[in-house]
Amino acid sequence: MDFLRPASWEEALAAKAEHPTAVPIAGGTDVMVEINFDHRRPEYLLDLGRVGDLYEWEVGEDTVRLGASVPYTAIMENLRAELPGLALASHTVASPQIRNRGGVGGNLGTASPAGDAHPALLAAGAEVEVESAARGTRRIPVDAFYTGVKRNALQSDELIRAVHIDKADGPQQYSKVGTRNAMVIAVCAFGLALHPRTRTVRTGIGSAAPTPVRATAAEEFLNAALEEGGFWDNGKIITPSAAKRFADLCSAACNPIDDVRGTASYRRHAVGVMARRTLTWTWESYRGARRATEGAA
Amino acid sequence: MRVNFTVNGRPQEADDVWEGESLLYVLRERLGLPGSKNACEQGECGSCTVRLDGVPVCSCLVAAGQAEGRDVVTVEGLADYARQRSCGTGARGGTSLDEARGWQAGRADSQTGEGTGLSPVQQAFIDAGAVQCGFCTPGLLVAADEMLERNPNPSDADIREALSGNLCRCTGYEKIMDAVRLAAARQSEGV
Repeated sequence: MDFLRPASWEEALAAKAEHPTAVPIAGGTDVMVEINFDHRRPEYLLDLGRVGDLYEWEVGEDTVRLGASVPYTAIMENLRAELPGLALASHTVASPQIRNRGGVGGNLGTASPAGDAHPALLAAGAEVEVESAARGTRRIPVDAFYTGVKRNALQSDELIRAVHIDKADGPQQYSKVGTRNAMVIAVCAFGLALHPRTRTVRTGIGSAAPTPVRATAAEEFLNAALEEGGFWDNGKIITPSAAKRFADLCSAACNPIDDVRGTASYRRHAVGVMARRTLTWTWESYRGARRATEGAA
Repeated sequence: MRVNFTVNGRPQEADDVWEGESLLYVLRERLGLPGSKNACEQGECGSCTVRLDGVPVCSCLVAAGQAEGRDVVTVEGLADYARQRSCGTGARGGTSLDEARGWQAGRADSQTGEGTGLSPVQQAFIDAGAVQCGFCTPGLLVAADEMLERNPNPSDADIREALSGNLCRCTGYEKIMDAVRLAAARQSEGV
C-alpha cells in the first residue's frame, strides 16, 4: 500500500489521475473501518486531509457551496439557518467523535443507502461538484449521483470537491428511525423540505431502497393538492386525507429489503409515518411564519 | 513509512508504519502508550478517543499518515494538558490550535503518565466511583475533559450528548454522570 499525501487540490487530482484505484480518505470514518476489518486493501490511500479548501464553505445568494470535507460538527454549528435539513441530519450522525471527522463528501463517496446526509440533500436540492485533471469540473444533480448500492456517478479519475446545496426558502425537517439516539445506523430515514418560492415540496428517503431516492409521485400529488386548494396562500391545515395519501405514496416509493436492522414492511410503514409527521411539522412551521408576517403587517 | 507528530507535548517519530495503520495502533504498539484502548475498531465505542489538534476523535479511524505534523493528546497526557490549560491563558472557551500546538510537556512522564497528578476529571471519576472494569474510562476522560473545556456548566443533556460516543459495557453510566457533574462543580468553584 502507498500513502499519497497531496498538499493541494491540483496535486490530489493529478494523483487520482495517475492512480485511478487510489481510495480517497478524508475523515476516515468509512475507509478506516474497512481497512481495520481487512475488508479492503487499497493499493493507494489518497489523504485529502491537507487540502485546506475542502474544509471551507461559502454562503452565496441562493446556494451554499459546502467543501467535501467540512465536518458534520461545523455544519450543525454554522449552517443551521441556511441548511436546516442537513443540520438536523448531521446531528443524527453517530457520535461527536465521528461528527468531528466525517463530512458530506465521504457520505457521497461511500454512497451507502443509509448515509444520513442523502435524504436532506435530496429534499433541499443539491448538485455535487466533481473534478478530474483531464476533463475539469462537472456538476451532477444529487438525484442522478446515486447509481446503485454503494455506487455513484464518479469516474475513476474524479474526486468530489464540494456540494452546492440550495439555501432553505422554507421549513425543512429530517427524521430517522433507529434503536437508540446515538451511534445508530438508520433503519430508515426521511427528509422533507417546503419550497414556498416555487410552491413545491421535495422529499428524500434513506435506507429503504438500493439508493437514496425521492418520492416523486408523492411530491407531484402534494404539489397539485396544495396548489388546487390554495394552501400556500390561505395557510390552511393540510387535510388528513391529503396527508395520508402523501404518506402512502412515500411508502410506495420505497423498495426496501429485510435485514438485521428491520423488515421491508416495517421500513415501508415507518417511512409513511415519518412522511406524515415531517409534513405536519414543516407545514405548521410555514403557517406560523405566515401568521407572524401577517400579524406584523 | 515514517510519521512525525507531537504526542502529549513531545515530538515523536514512528518508523516502519504500515500505510493502512491507524493512529491508535501507532500510539499503543509503536509509542508504548496503551492508555487509549482498542475495542471495536469501527468508531462505535469511543474507547480510543484522543484529541487531534484539540478535537476529540476516534484514533482507530485516523490513518497514521493523517497525523503527520499534528498534535495529539492521549489520556496519558491529560493531567498535564488540564494543568497547562488552567495556568494558561484562561481559555475557558476552548483551546485554540495555536495553544494546543504551543503546549509543552511538563514534568510528567508522557510514556506512562506517572509522576503527575490527576486532572480534575480523573479525580472526579475516582471520587464518584465511576470506574468499574475501567476499559472505557480513558476515552470517557478525554471526551469529558474536552466538554468541560468548551462548556464549564453543562446540563445533564449536554453531558449525555458529549459522551454519547463512548460506550460503557459495565453500564456504569449513572456514576459517570455523577463524576462529570462533580468535575464541573469543582471546576466552577475552583476559579
